[in-house]
Amino acid sequence: MNSAVSLAPTPWGLLPVLAVMLPVAGMVAALPLGARGAERLTFALLPVGLLIAIGTAAATYASGAPLVHLLGHWAPPLGLAFRADGLATAMLLTAAIVIGATALYARAEFGTPPGTPERREALSFWSLLLAVWGAINLAVVADDLFTLYVALELLTFAAMPLACLDGKRETLEAALRYLMFALLGSVLYLLGVALLYGAYGTLDIVLLAQRARAAPATVVAAALMTAGLLAKTALLPLHLWLPPAHAGAPAAASAVLSALVVKGSFVLVVRLWFGVMPGLPAPAAAQVLAALGAAAIILGSAAALAQARLKLLVAYSTVAQIGYLFLMFPLMTAAIASAEDAARAWTGGVLQAVSHAFAKAAMFLAVGLMAKGLGHDRIADLGGAGRAMPLCLLTFGLAGLSLMGVPPSGGFAAKWLLLTSAIEAGQWWWALVILGGGLLTGTYVYRVLAVALTQGNGDTAAVAEPKGQAWVALALALLSVVLGFLPLGAFGLVQIGRLDLAIGGAP
Amino acid sequence: MTGLLADLLIGAAILALAAGTVTARSAFTATAFFIAYGLLLALAWVRLGAVDIALTEAAISAGLSGLLLLGAASRLAACPVAEERAPGPVLKALIGLCCAAVSAAVGYAILSLPEPAPSLAEEAMAHLSVTALGNPVAGVLMSYRALDTLLEAAVVVLAVIGVWSLAPAGGWGGVPGPIHPRIEQGPLALLARLLPPIGIVVAFHILWVGSYAPGGKFQAAAILAAMWLLAWLAGLATPPRISSRRLRLAISAGTGLFLAIGMFGVLAEGAFLAYPPALTKALMLAVEFALAGSIAVALALLVMGPPEPEDRA
Amino acid sequence: MSATLYGLLGAALVGIGLFGLLVRPSHLLRILSFNLLGGGVFLVFGAVARRGAGAGLPGDPVPQALVLTGIVVAFAATALAVMLLLRLSAESAKRPDPS
Repeated sequence: MNSAVSLAPTPWGLLPVLAVMLPVAGMVAALPLGARGAERLTFALLPVGLLIAIGTAAATYASGAPLVHLLGHWAPPLGLAFRADGLATAMLLTAAIVIGATALYARAEFGTPPGTPERREALSFWSLLLAVWGAINLAVVADDLFTLYVALELLTFAAMPLACLDGKRETLEAALRYLMFALLGSVLYLLGVALLYGAYGTLDIVLLAQRARAAPATVVAAALMTAGLLAKTALLPLHLWLPPAHAGAPAAASAVLSALVVKGSFVLVVRLWFGVMPGLPAPAAAQVLAALGAAAIILGSAAALAQARLKLLVAYSTVAQIGYLFLMFPLMTAAIASAEDAARAWTGGVLQAVSHAFAKAAMFLAVGLMAKGLGHDRIADLGGAGRAMPLCLLTFGLAGLSLMGVPPSGGFAAKWLLLTSAIEAGQWWWALVILGGGLLTGTYVYRVLAVALTQGNGDTAAVAEPKGQAWVALALALLSVVLGFLPLGAFGLVQIGRLDLAIGGAP
Repeated sequence: MTGLLADLLIGAAILALAAGTVTARSAFTATAFFIAYGLLLALAWVRLGAVDIALTEAAISAGLSGLLLLGAASRLAACPVAEERAPGPVLKALIGLCCAAVSAAVGYAILSLPEPAPSLAEEAMAHLSVTALGNPVAGVLMSYRALDTLLEAAVVVLAVIGVWSLAPAGGWGGVPGPIHPRIEQGPLALLARLLPPIGIVVAFHILWVGSYAPGGKFQAAAILAAMWLLAWLAGLATPPRISSRRLRLAISAGTGLFLAIGMFGVLAEGAFLAYPPALTKALMLAVEFALAGSIAVALALLVMGPPEPEDRA
Repeated sequence: MSATLYGLLGAALVGIGLFGLLVRPSHLLRILSFNLLGGGVFLVFGAVARRGAGAGLPGDPVPQALVLTGIVVAFAATALAVMLLLRLSAESAKRPDPS
């Protein structure tokens, strides 16, 4: 049997289980431990989680097949499986690194020194951070559509309170809007799950890949689930909730929300389109998805350019960067004949998700420091920030390079792969969008840098840059750049276990 | 024939109550319609042969959600929030058409489902003896798909953390929710004194029979939570402060124990959530009881809400 | 027969809930509508379960178990939404809307 569609347990299959259960256990233990205990527990779990993610990647790469674990030894369809393929391992690594960096950064704000009473923000932050971590890991390794529903809800329930952690009225409003979008999204997804179970008697993605046919129930289910997931991923025109929610959160929370939380539902869309129904090419629908993505790239970037506030600029940039993720859809469906183009589009999409995660987390963390140091985040008044906070500005610039797609950076590699794949597939119009988006991104990044590098009116002299936090942000930005130096062969990892190859490509 | 007639009547009533809920002028009326909707839905579940769900629907959707929403409606009436903008008549009609199209598409998909229907009923029954349970739904929840149950318990813990994180300034560590003055007379006072002992017995019964008959931890937890809430509303029981280590342990203990037993499965049987055959029954009972207790506490706390500032009148 | 009937009822409830969620301006009514919608989705699961009756069972236990899990998750979602709304109302009372 093809290793991609095998659900036999594999030797290292326990690693993805631990990747999910350790943060979840941490979240459960956080409550009785209290804020200080939760913080210390988080820092104890971070290296372990990172090692597990690295181990999962190594084991997947070495065996060339996904890691599989059958929970309680029960095989699907009756039981549940965890399956870590190349995409999952890439996201596990990304999550471990972003969560780790965010935790290091957040210590200054949410730390509880010994002997001080527990604060609401502190207990909430650490336990919610662990919850996001467990939920995102679950969303990428679970192989059952209902388990994935629970993962989506965990992600939402953790993200919503993070967005309004400061308790101000504006952020509470933003969080409520976000919650309603997210709940609508997951209930539509769940409706699709019900129809798929009714049609095929299983919710396991690998089994569905082999059973799904182009029946009415499948089409309706896919449409409902896609719509629901897009609302959670904030693809234009369902993006309105994102900028206020992400911009109003504390910097550390914004970083996690923009870098990781929206990626969870994105991975599910990919699983649905290229996992559950790889045999059902829907070229028209894929074109629509990419068209929405293209609109998000152009309109989101333009909106970012129009913002007067730095945090909102970064949030609108997320709306635009999410658009790129959806360009892979028509390139994967159009290119069923050409396996090479499909592989390139797939890697491009995954790399975009990963490099944006690092770049955007870096950007939010840097912008958070700037806003705190300067006491405001008005772009027009950033003069002098370059001298006062050089590391932050460097971080912003480097992350900006990756978002623009300037070589050499992870963002460049991602956009280059998508662009060449589009040209090869004869869909040159997406290439134009990628180039146009890059230009717009360059303009809004330049706009910030240009003001920040001016002299300003001199009242920034007293501003000190918190070096430790700034280095954490810079490290993330560097990582998003360094991804571009990896030889393309290293990306073979993300190809492992692709179900569309195993099913759709078969004669 | 009478069966079909009953189904049609129940269906029509549910539809009418749903329509009443979305068109009601006041939040109170809407909530009242919604509670009736939940109770009738429980009846529909009985008709669908799912008594487990009927119990849960009545206890959680109609009972606890109803209590939560009624409380919210009364507090919002005193202190309203800026509303979202209502769409104009044209847009409203357009949205209506879209919603009707969604209903039609889902209805069409349901009518097109294959015959005979795919089902895991046979498989679930075939392995039931391994799970040491007599109720196949409990088998799914505790064994075949135990992971979902574990994660759901984690969702409930997370929801408590999320609700507490909404505590306003000055309230952290205090008693959760508004304080209710002690009521000595009237129907609520009577109910709050009479019902809890009966409710606790019923809850234990439901929990105990859940392994072989409809019932189980969720239903038992919802009833226990409702009893605590009743006493709370009548001012007979003040919940512990949220800084209380014991309260926090009570919330986390069930999920924590389930996680630990899951890991024990790794050591003993080589798979997460695998139960050693000799211990299956004992471990499952332990999880059922611990989860029922923890979920009961968590559900009640979700209805009570975050602690409020201490300096209030 | 009754399975299909309740399935169609579920489909209708989905439409009604969706409509309420999109057009009612009151947050609380939106939360109620979300619950109606959820009830509809669970009924679709119920219809699917009933269709899968066999092996001496009145329905397929797997979708039935999913509904039990779903109801608890939906309640948690409702509680979070309601508490967020109440907090927002308390904040609004402190500082009335400038508009």
